[in-house]
Formats: sequence, C-alpha cells, structure tokens
Amino acid sequence: MAADLRLGTPAEASVPSPPQIAALFDLEDLQDTAGLATANLITITINSDGTASFALPRAEVGQGITTSTSMIIAEELDLPVEKVNVSLAPARPELVFNQLTGGSNSTVSTYTPIRVAANIAKGALLQAAAIELGYAVDQLTSKQGVITAPDGKSTTYGKLAVKAAGATTKSVQVDLKARSAFTVVGKPHTRVDARDIVTGKKQFTMDLQVPDALPTMLCRATGLNGHPTGLANEAAILAMPGVTDVAVIPTGVAVRAKTFGQCIDAVRAMKAQFGASVVGAADDESILAELRKAEIPLAVPKLPLLGIQVDTDFEFMFRSSAALETNCAIADVRDDHATIWSGLKSPIVAQGKIAEAVRLPVSKVTVNVVTGGGSFGHKLFHDPALEAARVSKAMGKPVKLMWHRVDEPRQGRMHPMVTSRCRATMLGDQVLTFEQRHTSVTTDFSHGLGEMLVATAADLPPGLVGVGLSQSIFLLTQDLPYNFGVVTQLLDETDTHFNTGSMRSIYSQDVACASELTVDLMAKKARKDPLAFRLANIKYPEVKAVLEKVAEVGNWGRTMAPGTAQGIAVHREYKGATAFLVEIDCRPETVNRKIANGVGGPRVTKVVVAVDAGLVINPRGIEAQMMSAASDGIGLALTNSTHLKDGHFLEASWDNYFYTREWNAPIEFECVIMPSSSDQPGGVGEAGVPASFAAVACAYARATGTVPKRFPINHDTLSFDVKPYVPSLPESPTDGLSHTY
Amino acid sequence: MSTHTFKLNGEQVTVDVEDDVRLLWVLRDVLKVTGPKYGCGINVCKACTSHINGKAFNPCSVQVKDIKSTDEVTTIEGLAATTDQELHPMQEAWLEEDVAQCGYCQPGQIMAAVALVKKVQAEGRAITDDDLDSIRNVCRCGTYFRIRKAIRAGAAKM
Repeated sequence: MAADLRLGTPAEASVPSPPQIAALFDLEDLQDTAGLATANLITITINSDGTASFALPRAEVGQGITTSTSMIIAEELDLPVEKVNVSLAPARPELVFNQLTGGSNSTVSTYTPIRVAANIAKGALLQAAAIELGYAVDQLTSKQGVITAPDGKSTTYGKLAVKAAGATTKSVQVDLKARSAFTVVGKPHTRVDARDIVTGKKQFTMDLQVPDALPTMLCRATGLNGHPTGLANEAAILAMPGVTDVAVIPTGVAVRAKTFGQCIDAVRAMKAQFGASVVGAADDESILAELRKAEIPLAVPKLPLLGIQVDTDFEFMFRSSAALETNCAIADVRDDHATIWSGLKSPIVAQGKIAEAVRLPVSKVTVNVVTGGGSFGHKLFHDPALEAARVSKAMGKPVKLMWHRVDEPRQGRMHPMVTSRCRATMLGDQVLTFEQRHTSVTTDFSHGLGEMLVATAADLPPGLVGVGLSQSIFLLTQDLPYNFGVVTQLLDETDTHFNTGSMRSIYSQDVACASELTVDLMAKKARKDPLAFRLANIKYPEVKAVLEKVAEVGNWGRTMAPGTAQGIAVHREYKGATAFLVEIDCRPETVNRKIANGVGGPRVTKVVVAVDAGLVINPRGIEAQMMSAASDGIGLALTNSTHLKDGHFLEASWDNYFYTREWNAPIEFECVIMPSSSDQPGGVGEAGVPASFAAVACAYARATGTVPKRFPINHDTLSFDVKPYVPSLPESPTDGLSHTY
Repeated sequence: MSTHTFKLNGEQVTVDVEDDVRLLWVLRDVLKVTGPKYGCGINVCKACTSHINGKAFNPCSVQVKDIKSTDEVTTIEGLAATTDQELHPMQEAWLEEDVAQCGYCQPGQIMAAVALVKKVQAEGRAITDDDLDSIRNVCRCGTYFRIRKAIRAGAAKM
C-alpha cells in the first residue's frame, strides 16, 4: 500500500480544543499529591565499606526502578552505581499513600525526595571530611566515593560513615546537583540485577527458603469465583505421598506437601465441592450485551446538517494480566504475629487486609516486598498473599503458596471487556467535535488508588467533583492530543463480578486504539495521509515532535507490497508522549504460517518508537519498556484474549492465551528517545502500550482494507482445545526426554 | 520413597523422593536449585529449560525415575562451568544486550538459546530468523527482540 505524504498541511486548519482535565491535573499529579506528606520519610545509609544502601518504598517487577534509583543516588552522592544497593522496603504503614507502585509513578514521585536524601548524606560526609582533612567544605571535591583536599590528601565515604552520622535532627539546606553536571543520570546503564539474572541467582518469592514453608496449592472451582463447600475425600488426600495438610479457605481447597508436584497430584485427586459461578452461565456475548445496555448515548446528533461524520464502534475482549511468575506468596502466621513475603505493589493495603483476615493487629503483621517476576498491574493486588496467610493460619504452619498456570487466566485478574464508540464531526478537513464513550466491565481499584482520590479531594480539579471513582481515574488519564473542537471522553461501567485490575495503562490501551483508528478514518474522509492529518491537528509540540521523529526514522510513506502496510499512532500520558510506527505483513503466506499449538497470523515485521519521557534517567531502561510495549501492543491487537463460556474462562496455558511469542515478534526494532529540557522524569512503564496497540491496529486496517470491530482480531477463532475443568489441574507430562534438542 | 542419583552441575547428587515426582520439583523443592523456574508445569512456557547430557529439556515433564545415574543435568547455575570462562558467551551476550527485564524467564531462555545455537552449529550453518522463530520460551515482559540480538551475538562467540 502506498501512502501519500503531505507534511506541508497548514496547522491553522484545526479547531482548538479546550484542555481536558488530565492536561491540567493527571493521575501522576494525584499520586504525587497523595504521597507528598510522607515523601521525605526515607533514609539513605552510608556503610563503613563505602557503599550506600536504600530501601525503596516501591516494588521492582522488571520495570527497572532498582537500577534507575541506584543511578539517581549514585549521581547525587558521587558514588559508582555498583556501590549503591537498592532493596525493597517492607510495608511501612506510616507512609500512607507513598508506597504504591502504579500509574508509572515511581520515578516521577521519588526522584526529588531521593536526590534530597542523597544530597543530605553527601553534605554530612563533606562536613566530616572537612574536620578530618582540615579544610573548608567548599575546598573539597568528591568523586567515586573519595573526598579529596587541595593538598592531595583524601579520605573515603567508608571511613567517614560513622563520623558523619548525626546524633540530632536538624534542618539543612540542599543544593541539588545541576543537570549539566550529571555523569550517571541520562547515560545507558545495564540492569543492576542483570548478572544475578543470567546466572540464576536472582531470587523471586518462590526461590526464598523460609524454614518449614512447604509447597502449597489450591484446588479451585470450575465456575468463576465458585466458593468451596467441602472436600469429600480429605483422609485419602492426607494419605497421598508428601502431603502434610489440607484446609478449606474462601477461594479453594488448599494442600501442603513436600513438593509442588505432589501438591498438583493431590489437587487432581481431590473430590472438592464448589458453589456455582458468580456469573451464572454468562459468556462473551451476554456480557457484551450487558455493556451495550449500559452504553450512554453520544451527545452530538447523528446525521448533522453540515459536513461529514465518522462513527466507530469497537469491542475489546477480556484479557489476562498474569505475569510469567504465577501468583505466589509465603506466609508464616503464628498466634501472635505473622510474616508475609510476596511481590506486592500495594503492600500497606495488603498488610491491613491480611491483619484483618488473620485477626492480628497491623503492627504484628510484617509484609516483605519481594522482587516480582513481572506485574502488568497484577501485583497491585495481594490475592496470593491473603490466601497464603489464610492457609497458614488454618494449618498452623508456614506455607509457600503458588498458583498453577491454569488458574491464572481462569480465575486470576484480568483487563475488563470494553466497548468504545467514537463520533467525529467534520467540516471539510476541520474537526468540530470528537466524542468517545467508553463502556467497561468494572475495573477493581481496591488496591489503594481509590483511597488516594478521597484523601486528595480538596486538591482535585472541579471536573472531578461528584463523579465516581472509575470516572475520576478515567478523566485523570485521558487527554486526546488533537485540536478536534469540542472533545469529550467519558467512561461508564457495569458488572462487578469479574476479577479485574489495572492492566498496564488501565483504560488507555483501548481508548487509544479506538480513537487512533477513528483518526485514520477521519483522515481518509478528509482525503489526507494519516500522518499529515494528525500533524495538522496536533495540540502539543512534544506530541508533534515524536510523530515527526517516528515518521522520519521509520520512513513513513515508503512504498509497501500489497498485503503489507505501515501504521502510525501517538499517545500522550505519564508526563510524556510516545509515537509508534509499525509495519505489518498480512499476506496469506504469513498469516497462514503453521505454528504448532500457536497462532501465526499477521506479523509485525518492524517497530519504530519515538518517546519523550521528560528527563531521562536510564535510556536502556526506557528502550526496554518500549520494546515490551511493542510486544504487548502486538498481542492486544492480534492474538491475546480470554474467552468466557458457561460462566468460566476457557484459557489454561500459554498455548491457549496467545501472548506475543518469538514467531510474532518484530524482526526490526528501533527506539528513539527524544532529548528533553524537562527537569522532571516522566513515567515509562506503561507509556508505550496505548500507541503500540493503536499503531498495530491501524497498520492491520491499512494492510487489509478492513477496520476490525473486535480486538484481538483472532478472538472469534478458538485456536486451541479446551483443557478439562475436573480435575482442576492437568497432569504434568512425563515425556520430556523425548523432546530434547 | 526411593533413592535417585544423577550428576547435577558437575556433582553427583542423591535424593530420596517418590519415583514419579517431576525433576523440576526435585531440583527446586528438594535440592533447592532454583534457577529453573515454574511457569506452567506442562512443558509449554519453557521457563524451566535446562540441559541433559548437553541437550535442552524441560524438567517439569520428566519423572525423576527416568533420570539415569550417569545422566548429567545442567541448570543455569552450572552453565558457565561448561566453559572455561567465568560466564558462558551466551550469558555475556545477555549482559551486553541487557536482555532481561523481570528476569523470570531468562534462565530458561539462555539455556534454550545455547542448545539451539549448538544444534544449528552441528548442522554446519548460521542461525536464521526461522531458527529464532522456533523458540517457544515465553517472555511476558516481551524482550523478544533483544533475545534475538543476544543469541546472534552469543552464537558468534560459541
């Protein structure tokens, strides 16, 4: 497909749109505001071996914040990054709203407080050095953990650590390092845990050795969230090899054994009884019908007297937010105290809920935050930690609880099903109105964001007064980056029965896919190239810049073979802007590739990203997040969804739930990080997902000449055999030695 | 319960465990060798990929009784020792490219990559995009592109 390139279209053709709420105050501002009161309750410790330690009150789940935080501390302290050890703080209830890892806010909100703490530490070290070396502080220089006097004499942070420690609390002025003096921040840095990862030393929750915390798993219901009512063969299960205990908790029947393999065998042998699915016999179509009923009408009347109208209507199916590390936690609940280990992005909420469940005071429940094997919003919730605590209490023993993979798509958290409708009214190539009405199965925000909104009510912009929690979060995240005259984007929610959560960019992935596909159709009506139309109507200079950059680097408009095409899309959120240009191959020989137990389908062959993430801490980390967003976008557009039928989800394996695999991955990838004069880092963990999803969808529509109505495009073809529900888990195969290579 | 013995990362090990327990759990739960990860238990995600007698396999799908006393099992922890360097060239390539994000799948990815490269080299040819497409290991962080680059770089030094 050839694209006409008309970059010269004058920008004055667009009709200015007044700022949306998120342009003035967004989810980042909400989190910054909520955490501000306790943001400085942090400690950087200088050790006598010359290293610095910091317990970060956030969760590392792969996004790279232990690396970027080490860099920030190293920069301000003048220490090598290798001498900074960043661990994860356990739940610290005194931090109130300042220990939630979400909304790509970690570096946004902790950047300045951490720099201040490091600067205070360096100041104290310099003071101590001044006494030791006999010079004034401003005559000393610090470099790589060594402080040197004009006469060449020097001392080290390690030697000064004890002397520099203050015995009293005092107020000090800090003069943070100027950006022009940065030598670490902004330079590419390999992950601080990379070596541990490639040698197998990095420990995740399931790798921790807690005495007597034996493997534990749950037998779960066939129907969604069916409650257990009993176990008919308890004695037989207890007599099985390796099994030590069984217990019934609200979410299933638990078994503890010497190995996880024996837990799986025991779950398979259980004659457990469960109540019905909480959604009855619901299926995709019945939930979709509920959404259709809940849709609020578009305000602009259909068939305007003047001009042209573009009406779109998209459906986005349920999809699992499960990481590769399944839900897991270790719990040791005693009569008078409890200790928990788990990957938790909202550990204070977890601590409160666990204390309540095991009937202990919050102060007697220690919640350790363990580095997680991926999150994608999943670890905002503490489902496995709560289960582990309940099982440990019921059995009176420590447990290491792990979900089976099968249970993740069937009973785990997911991104809700959504419809999104857009209506644009145009006069010539001017856009007069753009409306978007997003209707979603309810997203669960019980992980702490809701409490933040209540606590910061006085600071919220007027547009949020009187609207519900979900609508507030929706409005705090949506800012259409175009001058499309009167712009409104609203959310409506229905059905609260599903196990949902904020999956990487919450609403934005679907909002952007729907709106950007609509923008492509508007461009077509205006007889404009998709890029030229966007540039003519763009609202923000940084969004324009990333679009122009991605078009230039990705060679937008180049001649493509029939059945292949480029797609371009942009998104503005997390104090930054991201543009994706992708090339897709939808030719039959590609789509119909034979992949054993997998989906071939269209192949995204090339991805180019341009991202403005504000002040850049670690370009390598930003590139990694954009690559990850590319993989997510490909899966969201083409392959990954869960199917609801007869009140339960069908998927039970990575060969059912088709997240992007190597055969779907781009052959070419390039990421351009835009220079930014900002002194504030933006959020990058989720920033790429909306534009990535949208660009793949736009490319698919251009390559095939068909705009998909339902996402992912593969959803209507069930590409796998459904695994049984009874027993609830499949047997592990025994033929592994016949598949060696 | 019965006794099973095999060579693990260069050392002879003996475990007392039921015959049918899959090797993954013998490694992780009994021997506390936790480099091989659980991601599915049904030989789909490949997070537990290790080597047996130099070939890739998935211990989640092998009963311990099927491992012979002369079999040599290598997990990510023992990979470097199969070379005379501090790190295997594939591990070095992984660091060069900064492949990992959360890191959970990466031990399995590296073990799969080493076996794939050896197989292709034994066939006397260079690694192709089709070879890379054949890797089934799931990376939910989506690091696939860096994995492809690292395998090519690692292969050049193997």
